[in-house]
Amino acid sequence: MFNYTVRRLVVAVPTLLFISLIIFLLLDLAPGDPMAQMPLTVPPEVKQKMREALGLGEPIHVRYLLWLKQFFLVEPLHIFDSLLGTDLAGDAQRIISWQTRSPVADIIAQRLPQTLWVVGLAYLVGVLIALPIGIISAYRQYSVFDQAGTFVSMIGYSVPPFFSGVLVIVIFSVKLQWFPSVYDTTHNVVDWDSFVHQLRQMIMPVMVLALQTTAQISRFMRASMLDNLNQDYVRTARAKGMTEPTVVLVHVLRNSMIPVVTVIALGVPTIFGGAIITEQVFKVNGIGQLLITAIYANDIPMVQTLAFIFAVLIVLFNLIADVLYGVLDPRIRYE
Amino acid sequence: MKTRTLLLGTAALLALAPAALAERGSDGHVNIIYWQAPSILNPYLSGGTKDVESSSLIIEPLARYDEKGNLVPYLAQEIPTVGNGGVSADLTSITWKLKEGLVWSDGTAVTSADVVFTGQYCMHPEGGCAQLAKFEGVDKIEAVDDLTVKITFKEPKPNPYLPFTGGQGPVIQKAQFENCLGAKAPECTEANFGPIGTGPFVVTEFRPNDVIQMKANDKYRDPAKPAFATLTFKGGGDAAAAGRAVLETGEYDYAWNLQLAPDVLAGMAKAGKGVPMAAFGSLVERLEMNLTDPSPDLPEGERSTAKHPHPILSDMRVRKALSMAIDRNLLVEIGYGQAGRPTCNLVPAPEIYASDNTDCLVQDVEGAKALLEEAGWTDTNGDGVRDKDGRKLSLLYQTSTNAVRQDFQALIKQWWAEIGVETELKNIDASVFFGGDPGSPDTFQKFYADIEMYANNFDGTDPEPYLSAYTCAKAPRPETQWQGENINRYCNEEYEKVLAELSRTGELEKRGELAAKLNDMVTKESYVVVPLVDRGRVSARSNSLGGVILNTWDSELWNIADWHRIK
Amino acid sequence: MNEAVTTKREFGLPPPRSQWWDVWDQFRTHKGALAGLAIFTAILLAVVIGPWLWPYDPTYADLRSRNAGFSLVHPFGTDQLGRDLLARMMAGGMVSLAVGMTAMLLSVVLGTLIGVVAGYFRRLDGPLMRLTDLFLALPLLPLLLVMVMLFREALSRRFGPETGIFILIVTAIGITSWMHTARIVRGEVLALKEREFVLASRSIGTPPRRMITRHILPNVMSPIMVSATLGIANAIITESALSFLGLGFPPDFPTWGRLLFDAVDQLQLYPSRVILPGVAISLTVLSVNYIGDGLRDALDPRIRGR
Repeated sequence: MFNYTVRRLVVAVPTLLFISLIIFLLLDLAPGDPMAQMPLTVPPEVKQKMREALGLGEPIHVRYLLWLKQFFLVEPLHIFDSLLGTDLAGDAQRIISWQTRSPVADIIAQRLPQTLWVVGLAYLVGVLIALPIGIISAYRQYSVFDQAGTFVSMIGYSVPPFFSGVLVIVIFSVKLQWFPSVYDTTHNVVDWDSFVHQLRQMIMPVMVLALQTTAQISRFMRASMLDNLNQDYVRTARAKGMTEPTVVLVHVLRNSMIPVVTVIALGVPTIFGGAIITEQVFKVNGIGQLLITAIYANDIPMVQTLAFIFAVLIVLFNLIADVLYGVLDPRIRYE
Repeated sequence: MKTRTLLLGTAALLALAPAALAERGSDGHVNIIYWQAPSILNPYLSGGTKDVESSSLIIEPLARYDEKGNLVPYLAQEIPTVGNGGVSADLTSITWKLKEGLVWSDGTAVTSADVVFTGQYCMHPEGGCAQLAKFEGVDKIEAVDDLTVKITFKEPKPNPYLPFTGGQGPVIQKAQFENCLGAKAPECTEANFGPIGTGPFVVTEFRPNDVIQMKANDKYRDPAKPAFATLTFKGGGDAAAAGRAVLETGEYDYAWNLQLAPDVLAGMAKAGKGVPMAAFGSLVERLEMNLTDPSPDLPEGERSTAKHPHPILSDMRVRKALSMAIDRNLLVEIGYGQAGRPTCNLVPAPEIYASDNTDCLVQDVEGAKALLEEAGWTDTNGDGVRDKDGRKLSLLYQTSTNAVRQDFQALIKQWWAEIGVETELKNIDASVFFGGDPGSPDTFQKFYADIEMYANNFDGTDPEPYLSAYTCAKAPRPETQWQGENINRYCNEEYEKVLAELSRTGELEKRGELAAKLNDMVTKESYVVVPLVDRGRVSARSNSLGGVILNTWDSELWNIADWHRIK
Repeated sequence: MNEAVTTKREFGLPPPRSQWWDVWDQFRTHKGALAGLAIFTAILLAVVIGPWLWPYDPTYADLRSRNAGFSLVHPFGTDQLGRDLLARMMAGGMVSLAVGMTAMLLSVVLGTLIGVVAGYFRRLDGPLMRLTDLFLALPLLPLLLVMVMLFREALSRRFGPETGIFILIVTAIGITSWMHTARIVRGEVLALKEREFVLASRSIGTPPRRMITRHILPNVMSPIMVSATLGIANAIITESALSFLGLGFPPDFPTWGRLLFDAVDQLQLYPSRVILPGVAISLTVLSVNYIGDGLRDALDPRIRGR
């Protein structure tokens, strides 16, 4: 298993380089223009000058190599500098966003807390609710609990967040006035009151996002549990006189986790990716909002960097999932 | 007698009230929400409205336009004119005088050197300045003395007020931006995110594309202003959410540009926490007719170019019929409500430039049908669509993606169906449609469709640069990388003659006449541009926010120093 | 199965009761599945036959009766342009169901194929899973913009504007949503491959093709069924997002997702406009889910015997 992990990590480097190239080509090919959001009153000649100032006049391979150098050399050096107070990066140009003309990495660092608070917490809550729902639904298949769980999770999944988000705002912010409808990203938690305020402003986006996660994971959990509950080894275990909780929660659960682990691992990188629509609806302005505004504004350095970090996380978490398969089912071997 | 004293007393109290309120920072905190978030506070590096307006709280121009479109001095002592000698009689130079005793928020004095530097900053060839057009024709900018700046133009300039006025022309501090010229401009992140200014507020925290925190500028020239000590400028979400935050939940005091369906806005206003306000500028939603053939059968590079005139729309009668079939009043009622009014003009304001053309306001379906018959378009096979020489009267009508525009498309398609015109609709993501990517077939400049719809306006109050778009040379074509403002590929010698006359004329009344004539040539005399709606701006304020005067000629936040809390 | 049937015919035996009858018998005992099937059929009939019976055109704007409420003439009311909402719901349902089912099928078939192949053949595992990583990492919106730019006009000219865009949208949704299924199926196959019955079957020399169809596929049905149900909801919603961005169907072409999206701003004024498409989407997804549940049970030989 260790050898396998090391080999996968080695293979990951060319894979990621290839992915970064594909993303770069894709963004370059995509129609769109960083000047699209400028008012029409700005004449075309001026727009052309502005494009040149952004470096768009250079050929594509030059721009790609520059990005590689900035991402793999300048930015790490810069992080190193700011941690240790050295000056290794010197005057080297960092990756600059076209919209804000400021280093991309700084903006991402500024956005991460919101996204982790809201999207990360929602994911955690969603998974923690989904697992027991999935297990009980399968164990008591076609019981009232199972039917209700199916009903709620399917509705939860088929109602898109652009609707459910607005619905909870209308109910809880406009009618009941319990929670704020605009998320305050500058809010600092320093004492109990500010913590309560943070909870109040987080509760709606977390609710909306967790509903989606719960729906998805509980369905996979239930289906997988159902498959295993009828297996021969379950009968054997029961025949040996094991208690029901041991049979279900140790033997069946462990064997049912493979698809669930896959889904959870696929979901973790998306936490970093943020939740584009939910962030927009609640004005959370995390990574998701950053990505979508950057895409709309054709801010290629920003989109490229975000997409690439996202790719790294995907490769990493899929590797973790593969390793976990081996832990869950020792018969799985990778040679 | 008693009542009279009482009345007098009340009057005196009322008169005193503003004075009593007028103490800097006495009204606490104000919250503003823009559903497009500002990404930078330097309008010279970004022409986006959100960036221009947010930065207008911090940095100021020499003069601004008020809500009627008149110039009012801000950093300048007065508006220079030919009358007071500020503008030379031959219109080749303008001399501005700064107010005395002005200081930046860091305490240093504002001098003419800052103004001269601002000009250098924007005119630097490698800077990619978004407001470069404001400096077109400028020969040199020089400091006469510490408070006097003289701008000399290469040739007579009938409108010499372009540089350093309005939200797009603020003066920046030389000391702060000195090392940010040209290619270095984007490296000055700190300066771009927190410019030192003369305006009523200074930045305390700027989070790009998210939120700005500000506090009152304690060096602001009027010691009693601004009334608010701190300010939050939040960005993001959509227009409905911004409207809700002001009108329904009352969390915010001011929401910008609420482009919402009239009934939705009215429904929100019913909650009673705030009021929507509307004001009109020069923004006109219009149909643009393609005078060249966009057929996909033509080889690439010849589509939508002057090589092939449009097989249907080259006939003015067809264009006129299409315009006559439209009920503009209903479009306004459905799409804009109080924020729109029907118009037949490309230049709807200011008054002196606007033409009196109103003949399109009444829908005339029968007239349109007759006109098409006259042009030879008849329905020979009875399928409801007119045809001529084996060609169906079928048009592709495109616009950007936007709920109101899609409603307009549906309505107009139906009206055109009534007169026997078949329409295929297409909508394109705004960032592609308004982007200038020459590789994309879907940009508005490329115009690979027969008719397209969007809105446009002009900066400030002078329509000359706007009207000069309709010249042959400015037609987008492969040789210009498909850039250019003459979307319709309109080409008319007579038009260019009148335009040249306009650029030589300095007298305001005569300019108005010429502009109206040009307006009529592209609208009612040729129906190349078919204006639909004069679109106003709707913004909302909470009931407790006072002093707001909605202004479409400059930044909406132009008079924020006067905003206060109504108690 | 067909193979077995033909051999028996050759021996002159009477055609035996097909396996599918057993499946159907089992399926019938599942009440939820039957109800789901009934509802789904009803929705399908309504959107396919409904437009033929209903006199209103979904795009005709009756400007005199804008924003009408429920009435006999317009059972679901009209929208802000006076278009009949029942007609729009039916027309929209046809597009949404077609897009949802086709895109889901494409994504599930693609995902299952790649998942099974990657899980079963060790040599292909690496490349296929790296391909999956690549697709997961690609930013969706620019990818769609590129696809629209490159193919919209070509497809429109070839198949007409509506069919062309239909193909484009279905392909776009399909090829951007198979990765989850592929990863899940592969994980299950990896575990299945080491089970005793597979090892036994392999030891008697069963060729890979039959191994997969006989032993592997039936045992990964449940996660595939779940993916399929979630996939339909996903495709319907994604389509609405695409239309919203101007990458989807022409603007006068209603779909459920689009109707829902357009009505969100009017949630407080005209709640029925949001609820109707919302309920339609939820009902479809729920009924497909129950059908999937029933099918899964019916296809499982261990349950069927009971």
